[in-house]
Amino acid sequence: MQSFEYANPATVQEAVGLLSAKWGEADVLAGGTDLISLMKDHLHTPKRVVNIKNIKELEGIQKTAAGIRIGALVTMDELAKNADVKASAKSLSDAAAAIPSPQIRHMGTVGGDLCQRPRCWYYRQGFGLLAMKDGKSLVPDGANQYHAIFGSGPAYFVSASSLGPALIALGAKIKLVSAKGPREVAAASFFVSPANETSREIALHPDEILTEILIPPATVKSATYEVRQKEALDWPLATASVTLTMRGNTVASAKVVLGHVAAKPWDSAEAAKAITGKAITADTAEAAGKAAVASASPLSQNAYKVTLARVAVKRALLEAAKQKA
Amino acid sequence: MSSTKDPKTKNAVSRRGFLGGMGIGTGAVGAGLLEREAIASPAAATVAGPGAAPITLNINGKPVSLTAEPSVTLLDALRNHLDYTGAKKVCDRGTCGACTVMMAGKSVYACSVLAIDAQGKPIETIEGLPVDNPISTAFVNHDAQQCGYCTPGMVMATKGFLAEHPNPTLEDVKNGMGGNLCRCGTYMGIRQAVLEAAKNMKGAKNG
Repeated sequence: MQSFEYANPATVQEAVGLLSAKWGEADVLAGGTDLISLMKDHLHTPKRVVNIKNIKELEGIQKTAAGIRIGALVTMDELAKNADVKASAKSLSDAAAAIPSPQIRHMGTVGGDLCQRPRCWYYRQGFGLLAMKDGKSLVPDGANQYHAIFGSGPAYFVSASSLGPALIALGAKIKLVSAKGPREVAAASFFVSPANETSREIALHPDEILTEILIPPATVKSATYEVRQKEALDWPLATASVTLTMRGNTVASAKVVLGHVAAKPWDSAEAAKAITGKAITADTAEAAGKAAVASASPLSQNAYKVTLARVAVKRALLEAAKQKA
Repeated sequence: MSSTKDPKTKNAVSRRGFLGGMGIGTGAVGAGLLEREAIASPAAATVAGPGAAPITLNINGKPVSLTAEPSVTLLDALRNHLDYTGAKKVCDRGTCGACTVMMAGKSVYACSVLAIDAQGKPIETIEGLPVDNPISTAFVNHDAQQCGYCTPGMVMATKGFLAEHPNPTLEDVKNGMGGNLCRCGTYMGIRQAVLEAAKNMKGAKNG
């Protein structure tokens, strides 16, 4: 790990003053579960690390008339156990609880989950975010069994965020603060598919800190279903988060967002359309699953993920249907 | 021959003490110089580094001081600077669990915590457990190790898990130990050991 200056601010204002307008100069440290590994592998070589764990205003979960506010420093463990989140945003609670390592849940934060870098092995081995060689990505003809099945490049990694799909499906907002002040972005526009090697996979600017998440108040049923290769610590192969607004037994409106299948969480309007106006049964859930993957374009080694994504959508819908709303 | 020996009590010949004495572990040799009782906590500095900075850790109830760059992880501080070699360095990327210690009452990966960041939080390592603690004893009873390299991490993860789940089912144990890998595949023994430790710790009240 390259040496760095370690700053320990006590307020957001102080913290953003320590950041830089350029990526690579300073990194924000919260739980450390990703950043410290990135620094060991020299993928991030910041001159300054800004520890935000002593900033009290970034802590806590509050339920108000405006919805549920979740501070960026809330750990996955706190999120998974919070009664308000469990009651009104079950899909988010499930997504946090499903991270299969207690140590990661104790350390990892909500902000860190959203800002973590891709797990793509080309990126992690130093081939760059898009793994470009001679103007062409190495991924489509390479070892791509864990890569994207949606999107047309040039990014073929999959978004690693566990919470992203649930937050998008719940219509959450993300607050970002820089020295110039705060701004809010919809969770759906926070994740981006980078067009070139020097851009990022999130809308955060280098001089900003993600401070909190706001989940709007709503009476919905929601669920997240994950498909994993193994039970112990690993990232999922495919996930689906669904949010349903019901009218009696039928779905009045739906959001279906898939995870780990594209460079950003994949909002499937097709699956939402397929289930809207219908009661959720094994057949309608199956049809929504099929609709979700109709436009998938798998790479040479990951056609199996199309099946996993289809089944994840079906099971998430059936799981959500079981809830009281 | 205990793996839970406090590194400061060199009252028996152990394999580790022998290696340290042979000068193989430079940390072991240097530790006598670096490890000293802290006189006072360092003033809350806003910025430290990039050069070496004074760091005070609370390890197994004792304040311990060292001087290290902010880039030094808690795991490297424990092993290389302070001779607490119980926590093991395997993946060093927060995915295997061999470096598990307790920090502020929760199990964490010491490889993914900066030492400078661990100041002010009580840290508990395997060296802090008595040799005949109910968890280690249950691991021995169930032959819950082969090469043994994951064992200190497994024992500390068990301690963290049982603190939250004093009456676990086998399914709870499978999930609760999901942050630790055993490359020898001794999971059957480990799971039985965790269940037995839970039973014995209840009998012993405070475990």
